[in-house]
Amino acid sequence: MQWEIVIGLEVHTQLSTQSKIFSGASTAFGAAPNAEACAVDLALPGVLPVLNRGAVDRAIRFGLAVGAKVNSPSIFARKNYFYPDLPKGYQISQYELPVVEGGTVTIHVGEMEKTIRLVRAHLEEDAGKSLHEDFHGMTGIDLNRAGTPLLEIVSEPDMRSSQEAVTYAKMVHSLVRWIGICDGNMQEGSFRCDANVSVRPHGSERLGTRCEIKNLNSFRFLEKAIDYEARRQIEILEDGGTIQQQTRLYDPDKDETRAMRSKEDAQDYRYFPDPDLLPLEIAESWIAKAKSGLPELPEQMRVRLEREYGLSSYDTSALTADREIAEYYDATVAKLPSDPKLCANWIMGELPAYLNDEAKSFDSCPLSPVQLAQLLMRIKDGTISGKIAKEVFKQMWSKAAQTATAWKNRDSKLDDNLADQIIESQGLKQISDSGELESLIDGVIAANVKSVEEFKAGKEKAFNALVGQVMKAARGKANPAQVNEIMRRKLEA
Amino acid sequence: MSLSLDDVTRIANLARIELSEDEVHTALAQLSNIFGLIQQMQAVDTSAINPMSHAQDVAQRLRDDAVTETDQHALFQAIAPQVEAGLYLVPKVIE
Repeated sequence: MQWEIVIGLEVHTQLSTQSKIFSGASTAFGAAPNAEACAVDLALPGVLPVLNRGAVDRAIRFGLAVGAKVNSPSIFARKNYFYPDLPKGYQISQYELPVVEGGTVTIHVGEMEKTIRLVRAHLEEDAGKSLHEDFHGMTGIDLNRAGTPLLEIVSEPDMRSSQEAVTYAKMVHSLVRWIGICDGNMQEGSFRCDANVSVRPHGSERLGTRCEIKNLNSFRFLEKAIDYEARRQIEILEDGGTIQQQTRLYDPDKDETRAMRSKEDAQDYRYFPDPDLLPLEIAESWIAKAKSGLPELPEQMRVRLEREYGLSSYDTSALTADREIAEYYDATVAKLPSDPKLCANWIMGELPAYLNDEAKSFDSCPLSPVQLAQLLMRIKDGTISGKIAKEVFKQMWSKAAQTATAWKNRDSKLDDNLADQIIESQGLKQISDSGELESLIDGVIAANVKSVEEFKAGKEKAFNALVGQVMKAARGKANPAQVNEIMRRKLEA
Repeated sequence: MSLSLDDVTRIANLARIELSEDEVHTALAQLSNIFGLIQQMQAVDTSAINPMSHAQDVAQRLRDDAVTETDQHALFQAIAPQVEAGLYLVPKVIE
């Protein structure tokens, strides 16, 4: 039987606020255990939560970026369960009237465009961390993370493969960083996914029983966990079994999912409106202000690059995958508007190769878009060949890397002419002077009588060999088009 | 809607409240009374009224996003039963 995989994702994004969602404690990562857990986070008697405006503002921005409805009023609710890393005995979350409702995210898988619908995005607080090792049979509790603001983004079950799910997750990851509401750091847990996976016979309208895989903190694990889980469910169904609805964990070492030991009543959270928090009212003026502060969104930019520069959808997707690349590209092409494709090729090819080698991001790139644009300009106006340009680039990179300041953090325009300086000082300019080229070519023709004869006998290959000799003699600096032309003229004369 | 003894036992368990056999019966009677009251209220047509989420008709006050707390973990941990390396120790929990 043909099976269809159905996937919905819940993405937990940690909002990039300075302080916690309901207290004035810091959210900075990596502090000593419990140094950032204040009386509110510890749920000491008598404390009350006070909502952080910055967390709400980030949620509004997300809502606007995905074309969702921003609810006002919006209600906070208690989600009740007992666990030592949750000192209150409930998590403050949202149930009815989440701050963001609906909206869509567009993904591109190959040439196919697909719209993933969102159910909602709600604000909630994170729990603390439990450490199970090394405490002589006890569990250690660190409450620094307790009360960190999260936006949980819930999609409809609109994805049909692990590839679509990963593409969607990457899109959301890129979007939350793009609009500056989350740093997206997956190692530090700022972006985590839960995947709801079910399977059904192809063509069936009814959803199968789903399993939820919790806490996937890398795109690779997300993909592998979904693939494993779908295979597991299909095998059970093909053997005539039924799927138990359950929460599962992915084990990357064994590449499998397994059921979490869960009590039968674990899912009964007895949500009710939190009497400690009044309804959240979001004025139209607040939404309008958030809207005017939003940057051009990736999808809008993608369409603009395609329309204005005629770039392929492959190029535009890559250039808008990340706000840093997008900004770098925009700044480069602004200096070289006559060749957007050449800019795209270098920003997607040569530059990331160097950045990856040094684990740098586009924001921390030592070469500025202005410097890159000058180099590309010299290819375009024929001063240097593409091959020599790579050599110049290498030298530009090592020169710029010595200063070690990222282009974004320096305002000096001193080195804008770095490419020209290197080309000039090392005499890398292409030989375009026809007199000089002609004498080089004459020399090669005189020294390679055999090749010349072969060419005259109709062997086209011999021509390439001769051109190669000229390039060698010119140490790569001859203009290839010009050499071709002169060589052919001389041989056919 | 009527409540059973099993419902009461289950709710008590979820809330981590230990009830004796007698107390379960008392709680059932009391809770059933409350349910009766709710039933009475449900006779009123509220279809045109927005549900009330809070008894006070005012909006949530917000605070600016600023760090106002300092590290006081030593003070807080002075009353904790067991602490090690800055962590609160609790009986082992495994998922």
